[in-house]
Amino acid sequence: MTTEELKALTVAKSVDARGTACPGPLLEAKKAIGTINSNDVMEILSADEGTKVDIPKWCGKQGHEYLGAVEENGYFKVYMKKK
Amino acid sequence: MESTNTITVEKLQAELESLKAKTTRLENSRKDQLSVAIVSGDMDKILAAMIISLAAAAMDTQVKLFFSFWALSALRDPKKKAKGKDFISKMFGMMLPNGRNKLKLSNMNMCGMGPMMIKRLMKKQNVMSLDAMFKEAAELGIEITVCEMSMNLMGFKKEEMIDYPHLRYAGATTFVADAGESSMQWFI
Repeated sequence: MTTEELKALTVAKSVDARGTACPGPLLEAKKAIGTINSNDVMEILSADEGTKVDIPKWCGKQGHEYLGAVEENGYFKVYMKKK
Repeated sequence: MESTNTITVEKLQAELESLKAKTTRLENSRKDQLSVAIVSGDMDKILAAMIISLAAAAMDTQVKLFFSFWALSALRDPKKKAKGKDFISKMFGMMLPNGRNKLKLSNMNMCGMGPMMIKRLMKKQNVMSLDAMFKEAAELGIEITVCEMSMNLMGFKKEEMIDYPHLRYAGATTFVADAGESSMQWFI
């Protein structure tokens, strides 16, 4: 997905994990995924660059769909869809 | 023509049955499980073990940690005291770090300056403290097994170990059995 498409997504849940380093963002994402429905889009905000690589791996294992990442000023927004 | 077809189906069925049996066996021997034997009591190594364990647990991998020898220092609760220790046990208790916040670094310890600096850096970089990591581990159901033999050897007692919901006491056999059915087995 392009940056514009990602930014236009309706996000069911936004997880702000900017205050924690690895593996904090993954733990936050795991906690939040239980609160949304199937096919809902979730975004994870992280200042940890590794999150961009880690979240796709997590999605791959759990069967969620990784949509892409957008770089903001000093952090990243990682988008995924729950299976 | 008809008869060759039946034979093929039967053959296929037999093949399928044997494959099913094989996959069941493989699934049981390679569970989505991580077994780690932690022997080191160095702060950096305990940190590494906890970070990897948390990442694995967040990916829904069952995590089983086996703490033994020097690593047991990390499981001591500084607020608890055990009575009835003999002289050597008391000496060991005094000389070894009392709890996860008193651990030393394997490198650059510099009489405690190193750990202090690392802890300050971790805070600055928003890395979870060991306290926070143990709390998360408890919530994620990470199992901790205390090696009973090494606990006795080092003169530690059950009464001085931390309160942790998934703590149990066992021997090397338990680790070997757990590790045998895990897809990942490590030694730290």
